[in-house]
Amino acid sequence: MKYLRLVVANLGRHKLRTILTIASVALALFLFASLRSVTTTLAATAQFGGARRLVTLNATGLVFPLPLAYGNRIKALRGVTGLSWANWFGGKYGDGKRFFANFAVDAESYLKIYPEIVLPPEQRDAFLKDRTGAIIGKRLLPQFGWKLGQNVTLQGTIFQGDWTFTVDGVYTPTDPAIGDDVLIFHHDYFDERIGRAGIAGWYIVEIDDPAHAPAIAKSIDDMFRNSSSPTKTGTEREFQASFATMWGNVSFLMSTIGLAVVFAILLVTANAMMMSARERTAEIAVLKTVGFSDRLLFGLVMVEAGAMALSGAVLGLGGAKVLYPAIKFNGMGFLPGFAVTTSTLIIGALVAVGLMLASGLVPALRAARLPVVQALRHVE
Amino acid sequence: MIPIVYNVRSVVRRPVSTALTALGVGLVVAVFIGMLALANGFRAALAKTGSNTNVLILRKGADSELSSGLGRDVVSIISASPQVATAADKRPLVSPEVYVLIPLAKSFDTTQVANVVVRGVSDQAWDVRSNIKVTEGQRFTSGRPEVCVGTRLVQRFPHTGIGQTLHFAGRDWTVACHFSAAGSAFESEIWGENEQFMPVFRGDVFQSITFRLNDPHAFEDAQRALQDDKRMTVDVHRESEFYAQQSQLLGNILSFLAVVITGIMAVGAVFGAINTMYAAIASRAPEIGVLLTLGFRPASVLLSFLAESAFIAVIGGLLGCLFALPLNGIVTSTTNWSSFSEIAFSFRVTPALLLAGLIFAVVMGVVGGFFPALRAARLQVVQALR
Repeated sequence: MKYLRLVVANLGRHKLRTILTIASVALALFLFASLRSVTTTLAATAQFGGARRLVTLNATGLVFPLPLAYGNRIKALRGVTGLSWANWFGGKYGDGKRFFANFAVDAESYLKIYPEIVLPPEQRDAFLKDRTGAIIGKRLLPQFGWKLGQNVTLQGTIFQGDWTFTVDGVYTPTDPAIGDDVLIFHHDYFDERIGRAGIAGWYIVEIDDPAHAPAIAKSIDDMFRNSSSPTKTGTEREFQASFATMWGNVSFLMSTIGLAVVFAILLVTANAMMMSARERTAEIAVLKTVGFSDRLLFGLVMVEAGAMALSGAVLGLGGAKVLYPAIKFNGMGFLPGFAVTTSTLIIGALVAVGLMLASGLVPALRAARLPVVQALRHVE
Repeated sequence: MIPIVYNVRSVVRRPVSTALTALGVGLVVAVFIGMLALANGFRAALAKTGSNTNVLILRKGADSELSSGLGRDVVSIISASPQVATAADKRPLVSPEVYVLIPLAKSFDTTQVANVVVRGVSDQAWDVRSNIKVTEGQRFTSGRPEVCVGTRLVQRFPHTGIGQTLHFAGRDWTVACHFSAAGSAFESEIWGENEQFMPVFRGDVFQSITFRLNDPHAFEDAQRALQDDKRMTVDVHRESEFYAQQSQLLGNILSFLAVVITGIMAVGAVFGAINTMYAAIASRAPEIGVLLTLGFRPASVLLSFLAESAFIAVIGGLLGCLFALPLNGIVTSTTNWSSFSEIAFSFRVTPALLLAGLIFAVVMGVVGGFFPALRAARLQVVQALR
């Protein structure tokens, strides 16, 4: 401990250099945490889905609806314990520049099947009783400046006209993949306004046992195979994963090239740290003459490198961990539940340790092995 | 002036630290170019999709072809409009189109499914869109279950070879031809006859109507005339503007990411450069002292060290350009969230982008070198020479 002052004094000698080095380590690790979080968030979204929920779609494609009449037939199947349905609405608010998801659902069964959508009981009751009511994710409140109980008007893009809803409730999702920027309203009201077309975009099927999922999915698809609208049923997880894969390899490209460069910056930083250590050859020789052991000098140089790497890591990784929740970042709606995971922090910390070793080891060994006589020759 | 040879020699004398600094700058530049090339390629694919002389008609309020719907009555009104150009055989150049998305499994991994655009067109469509060229096979024949496949789909999806059979909408379709469209988004589409697609997809309704303008300069007149027509409620877009607007959302996200990520990296690289230059100057203090004693002015020392830093950065910039260049032309694909369809496009590394990368490198070098150079210029001769 008594050598702490020596380390601090060394770090304080070139204050600017120390600060710059720490800052560039911090930036590199901040970027590392951010880019890796994009990948982990996308992966987490793809992992979302209750094991007991299946999704039934029109086999022809996502944009084709299914007859509402399928509902009763699915419900009658063995092993099906609950059923709800929803329809993509695609309405926009105001100038439509800020995209948010909105769909019509069979409210009572939908809220039962998705316990992840949490809202106060009185708001829930108000929504269920109000045919033209809607509930919204809590992010939409500040985003559009809406208030509870207010009427909001969406312009339909697929289903024409102005649609006015009363905001009856504000929900908080317990699973971030649900999204907190969604507006949900009554399917019955939707169906009435479009002239009782009797369509559902997709069915959510709750089953008794995850192990029965493949069998039940198959029996649903078999049932409608020769009808006008054949279905495709899969687990909710597969359904979610299909959205994540839609980014193609773009997100992968982005994060890999980003990560490669993070390491390049660390390389440059390590170089700068090594150069600063090299300047002190003479000084180390003096310390040796005074009686500092080889091992102690090795330790001192390593501690100095470690202190810089560690402060950079705390600033960069901690900054990412604190900053993103503070600004409620969700990638313009594309990355619901964006979070810096613990695994990212651990890997980041390991990178910092690696940096300490890479930048400290060479100068530290040099310091330990330095022949005093030769080194002192350069001192005037 | 201190001769530039002095700086070049100094740089060459410490190859490792020069190389590391240049490499750092180079990688930042490479990522900068690479990410913008991605955004560029995506925008270019959609910008080329629309033609300036074509008009796209959607139902009022629809923001994409997917959410639109137009009846046959609208088609006849449009076809009879005086704004529509006519072909040599006096028929109007109008293509009422069916637009749907179907899930297709990819070749390399059949669990990966992409939403591919299936477009039902009239036989006029090939003339309305002048950039479409059949590269292999013959156009599909009216009345037969045949389709044509865009060239960008051929590599990535199975069963798309000429004569092979694609299965969708509960039917088998024989691939009759491949077509190219000058790198535009049409190359990621499957085309068939509109009258055949209507019954199997969404019934008796078109999603869009595209026609060639009689007078390319009269778009505003056409827009006013058609939108004011009381018999229909439509939005009239210039085809080029419509597709450019479709690329806005994702294009902006990509550019934004490119700027933010490279911005942060650039700051890191600049810090690295500052440290390297400070260390270089500290170890060369006696040299600088000699320069000052010889009578070089502090201003020339400042300039000299700035030039040295910029020189290292330019090496880095050139390295970055070299790294980024092989990206050019690489095809990648993503979902265009504005239309929900998958689009294949290639990285576009343009000379302008390379130049921007070099300038970016020089800026990093000059910014990183300024304070160290200032310190060098302010060195006290006596102290430096000790």
